[in-house]
Amino acid sequence: MTDRDTVVPAAHPAGNVVLSVTELCKHYRGLVAVDRVSFEVRTREVVGLLGPNGAGKTTTINMVLGVLSPTTGSVRIAGIDLARQRTEALAHANFSAVYAALPGNLTVAQNLKFFGLVYGVPALRARVAAVLEEFELAHLRNTKCGVLSSGEQTRVALAKAVLNRPRLLLLDEPTASLDPAAARTIRARIRRLAAQSECGILWTSHNMYEVEAVCDRVLFLSRGRVLLEGDPRTLPGAHGAPTLEELFIRLAREPLSAPLERTG
Amino acid sequence: MKPRPIAGIILRQFYLIRGSPVRALPMFAWVAIDIVVWGFITRYLDSMSAGRFNYVPSLLGAVLMWDFFTRIMQGVSTAFLEDVWSRNFLNLFATPLTLCEYITGLVITSIATSAVGLIVMLALATAVFGLSFVALGALLIPFLLVLFCFGIALGILASALVLRLGPASEWLVWPLPALLSPFVGVFYPLSILPRWMQTVAHLLPPAYVFQGMRAVLAHRPFYAGSLALGGAIALLDILLAGYFFTRVFRHAVRTGLLARYSAESTG
Repeated sequence: MTDRDTVVPAAHPAGNVVLSVTELCKHYRGLVAVDRVSFEVRTREVVGLLGPNGAGKTTTINMVLGVLSPTTGSVRIAGIDLARQRTEALAHANFSAVYAALPGNLTVAQNLKFFGLVYGVPALRARVAAVLEEFELAHLRNTKCGVLSSGEQTRVALAKAVLNRPRLLLLDEPTASLDPAAARTIRARIRRLAAQSECGILWTSHNMYEVEAVCDRVLFLSRGRVLLEGDPRTLPGAHGAPTLEELFIRLAREPLSAPLERTG
Repeated sequence: MKPRPIAGIILRQFYLIRGSPVRALPMFAWVAIDIVVWGFITRYLDSMSAGRFNYVPSLLGAVLMWDFFTRIMQGVSTAFLEDVWSRNFLNLFATPLTLCEYITGLVITSIATSAVGLIVMLALATAVFGLSFVALGALLIPFLLVLFCFGIALGILASALVLRLGPASEWLVWPLPALLSPFVGVFYPLSILPRWMQTVAHLLPPAYVFQGMRAVLAHRPFYAGSLALGGAIALLDILLAGYFFTRVFRHAVRTGLLARYSAESTG
């Protein structure tokens, strides 16, 4: 699969740091869910957060979103410490996740107006109209979100996620419920967003072909720790694996005592 | 506190009520039925007493004020439950919204919805059953204010309990006003209660309101200081409820309860 080459433009050089995660830990009564995770995301960069179920991806994302406090460590969004200036930091972020659908009892336009006010989006009416156009939702503006197809709901969630022009965009399996054609369109749109704006993107997916097509860099998480970091197109070869998926499977089975490595 | 996020919270509730008669109806239907039932009961009692005692202001007036308090409390907790029912916590609390802005939005929503109920109750009680608040005069305003403040406090407390104990606990918070009603003496003087219930009553602001109301209607001495104490307790209760909600929220963020409330964390 090479839709990165055919559908999306090459990534621009990465810029300033929009997300800085330092020595992040989360412990639950003896269980270590996230263990000293550190990484950065820069503007115009798409970073893939990969790992098997239970690896700590969603826990990490929840800590970056401020809905879960870390046991130790820090999160800085656009240079602002999330723990100390939560409101200021979260004003620069937004997210879309398969498990966080927008309220189904509001229409598409009502949801966007509601979240636009909560995020303090200026010139809201024009911005809502723009994202409705951008995500081909204008004809659904007065439809309640609860009756939309899963693909349409994903587009609405993405429209909400870009509403405040975030510096940091967190996308937790954004194409999980889309058919291949719709997924390709969404990937191209998100790549374009990363290339043309001052936005950095943290992306999780279990689809390794998609990760290879979209991400500039990946982090492999397993049992709460970063096992490997690097370019998804060169990592498999560097570690003797034929594909990224094969490398993923090997790493998911790797005992934690194995030597850790970070490249690129 | 910024006005736009508060406006967002209010706008969402407005959209929900406008789009759903099921939500609009309870704003006035149940309180109207209450007034009708109690209106006829007082009319019957009046006919039995042959003019020796006017039950309308003491009974129907008390029902009206108690229903107003209940609507205020449920206005806050129902607005909060909308976010529980739509599994919206993750979307909501991953935004720059502050807790203070969120709660303020819930309270303003409650004021609007309760005002509708109050207007309907006043119209029915005065036009159909001849209830008059002339005897209470300007005291009606502080009476309502104390009930309003305590309703807000109880609504915030109920929301905090649901956040702490999970969605199923909403069934614990609906009967909260009924649980308090025996203590506050809506229909009877506190003096008939056992000593321990009187002690509890003195911690509850509505007890001061209903005691004061009965004193005024019976042309007995009314102590403004007593009502002021009730008001002070109600304001303190708002602060305590806000503090409790904040503590519960922080606990939910620390333990992962907030993230799991609307999503199964699989990562």
